[in-house]
Amino acid sequence: MSAQQEVVQYDMQVVRGFAISALVWGIVGMAVGLLAAIQLAWPEANWGPWLHFGRVRPLHTNAVIFGFTLGVVFAGSYYGLQRLTRVRMFSDTLSRINLWGWNAIIVAAAVTLLLGKSTAKEYAELEWPIDIAIAAVWVVYAVNVFGTLARRREKQMYAAIWFWVATVITIAMLHIVNSIALPVSLWKSYSVYAGVFDANIQWWYGHNAVGFLLTTPILGLMYYFLPKQIDRPIYSHRLSILHFWSLIFIYIWAGPHHLIYSPLPDWTQTFGTAFSVMLILPSWGGMLNGLLTMQGAWDRVRTDPILKMFAVGLTFYGMSTFEGPMMSVKTVNSLSHFTNWTIGHVHSGALGWVALTCFATLYYMIPRLWHTELYSVRLANLHFWVATLGLILYVTPMWISGVTQGLMWRAVNPDGSLVYTFIETVSAIRIYDVIRAAGGAVFLVGALVMFYNVWMTIRQGTAAAPEPTLGAAVPVAGGR
Amino acid sequence: MAYEWHLPLESRWIRLSTLTFLAVVVGGLCLLIPPFFLQGTIEPLASLRPYTALELEGRDLYIREGCNTCHSQQVRPFKTETDRYGPFSLAGEGIYDRPFLWGSRRTGPDLARVGGKYPDSWHWLHFKSPRDIEPRTNMPDFLFLTEAPLDLSLTSTRMEVLRRLGHPYSDAEIEGARADAEEAAAEIARSIRADGIALSELEARSEAIAMIAYLQSLGHAVRQNAVAAAGAR
Repeated sequence: MSAQQEVVQYDMQVVRGFAISALVWGIVGMAVGLLAAIQLAWPEANWGPWLHFGRVRPLHTNAVIFGFTLGVVFAGSYYGLQRLTRVRMFSDTLSRINLWGWNAIIVAAAVTLLLGKSTAKEYAELEWPIDIAIAAVWVVYAVNVFGTLARRREKQMYAAIWFWVATVITIAMLHIVNSIALPVSLWKSYSVYAGVFDANIQWWYGHNAVGFLLTTPILGLMYYFLPKQIDRPIYSHRLSILHFWSLIFIYIWAGPHHLIYSPLPDWTQTFGTAFSVMLILPSWGGMLNGLLTMQGAWDRVRTDPILKMFAVGLTFYGMSTFEGPMMSVKTVNSLSHFTNWTIGHVHSGALGWVALTCFATLYYMIPRLWHTELYSVRLANLHFWVATLGLILYVTPMWISGVTQGLMWRAVNPDGSLVYTFIETVSAIRIYDVIRAAGGAVFLVGALVMFYNVWMTIRQGTAAAPEPTLGAAVPVAGGR
Repeated sequence: MAYEWHLPLESRWIRLSTLTFLAVVVGGLCLLIPPFFLQGTIEPLASLRPYTALELEGRDLYIREGCNTCHSQQVRPFKTETDRYGPFSLAGEGIYDRPFLWGSRRTGPDLARVGGKYPDSWHWLHFKSPRDIEPRTNMPDFLFLTEAPLDLSLTSTRMEVLRRLGHPYSDAEIEGARADAEEAAAEIARSIRADGIALSELEARSEAIAMIAYLQSLGHAVRQNAVAAAGAR
């Protein structure tokens, strides 16, 4: 061993932990989502105070966003970051605190939400003690990431790292600013913002939670794991640069598109619309960079379930990032706002783009984490088809439902009076709620197939085998 | 190569992180700071008053039960909306709303103007069994609200915290919060009984009563504004 070489042992224990916890929370969150869907179609399925729709719905969103998606992001970023920087994570202790602290937070979230401890702010429902814990664990993650970057042995930081860095910084800012509140008791607080200001800040947070939890870190996963799986470099580095900076700069401005035709000042709404429309370009830059990386390897998509998931995931990313800007235009928003169209839009992004990319990432990592082959490629292919069917069964009826109800709300008779009572518009969309619940059930079945596949993979593999080691060939100090 | 200018960023993590922070902070500052200084957006309606003790308890129950996941409280400025619900929402209505409860999905109808639309007894029956009133509704029943005793042990503390945030509660209002809430609850119970519905002692002091007080308060400032305007004419 030369003086300039050193054996690096990556810490894969934290990755294994997050991979398993993410999958478990994913199944819990999707099952709770299915319950919520059933409750909308069959109100008899609400039980007691604890399993009522108003409490179940926030549990669904928190479990799938913070338990599942962020779990995969933690796992994938810990996996990719060590390899891209050629060093072990900065601190094993911080990694453990991150893993156990985060999962304790999700457990606390599940319990308190069902007990009705909620701030009512969407995707920020958790009360102040949990908010403080989230901030603390997030700082732990940030120190771990930046500490690793400071000690890295690979001078250049690859695009995936930029997207994870943007996530670390922006989520800290959003979470802290939006959650400031004065406690009344251990589980009750009042926001320091009121009315219009509160709405403005909440949707600055809410929209950018989509931007920096469901977009940038997932793009980071795509940037790392897609080229690895396909074994060729990303299509264009220049495009990475261009769409990274424009995406993070523009995204932040788009929040007010959630508040169009509200009492928010008109200029703020207009900024929201304008920047949302601009967002098409950087979003599609990311989609194209991913899809064009597959150029010349499309034959492999036929047999490789991971590439299938990336391909369909990127396609849905492109679709929902066109749909979103369109819904931000005032004319369209006047029809779509408050309807199921929004729910359909969110799920085309969340199931199509986020979940499929997360599944692909897990399918890539898990055999490597347990030093074995995937138990069954056929089952993974089956999962892909089942998930895609579930996704279409979910999203299509929500589009129809949203447009139907939006049109019925605004329908007027020749004399100018309203044609439909509100309850008639509820009855008209019930059938779509039923189909949507079926779509959600199908998607959940796909996730259960994956769980079985992963379980069998882990059983045939072993975590104890020597970690991938590497003599750092590049004797370069990282540089600040 | 055309992206060489970017290499110093890709190889310097502090620079990359700093520039990333600047990129995301600009939009936030531009959108979040100015509204604080725009007088027109924060002027309260003349008729607006803070929530009473019982209404405040009801509002916090509304939050606990996640009613905002299905009901919006934001009427948009379209004729079809104002015909259906009432006057459109104003910025000056919300200064005592912590948090705001505009919602994002109307699974049920908007509630911003529901105050005074139905008698207390209608709400009582609707909470107990929505389908007895409207067979097609998908609203779950809230029987448990009518059976759970209303907890007023924190009411004064709630009002104290809100006063620190600028809500104009007097010392007398805060000290007398409990008695005030009980009296208001008894008043609502009386109006329900007057409509021929028997209430047990527990039911007359249940959480549902506070929720009704809150719902009946929704839109009060706009209604009174309209009354005042009509009077002036």
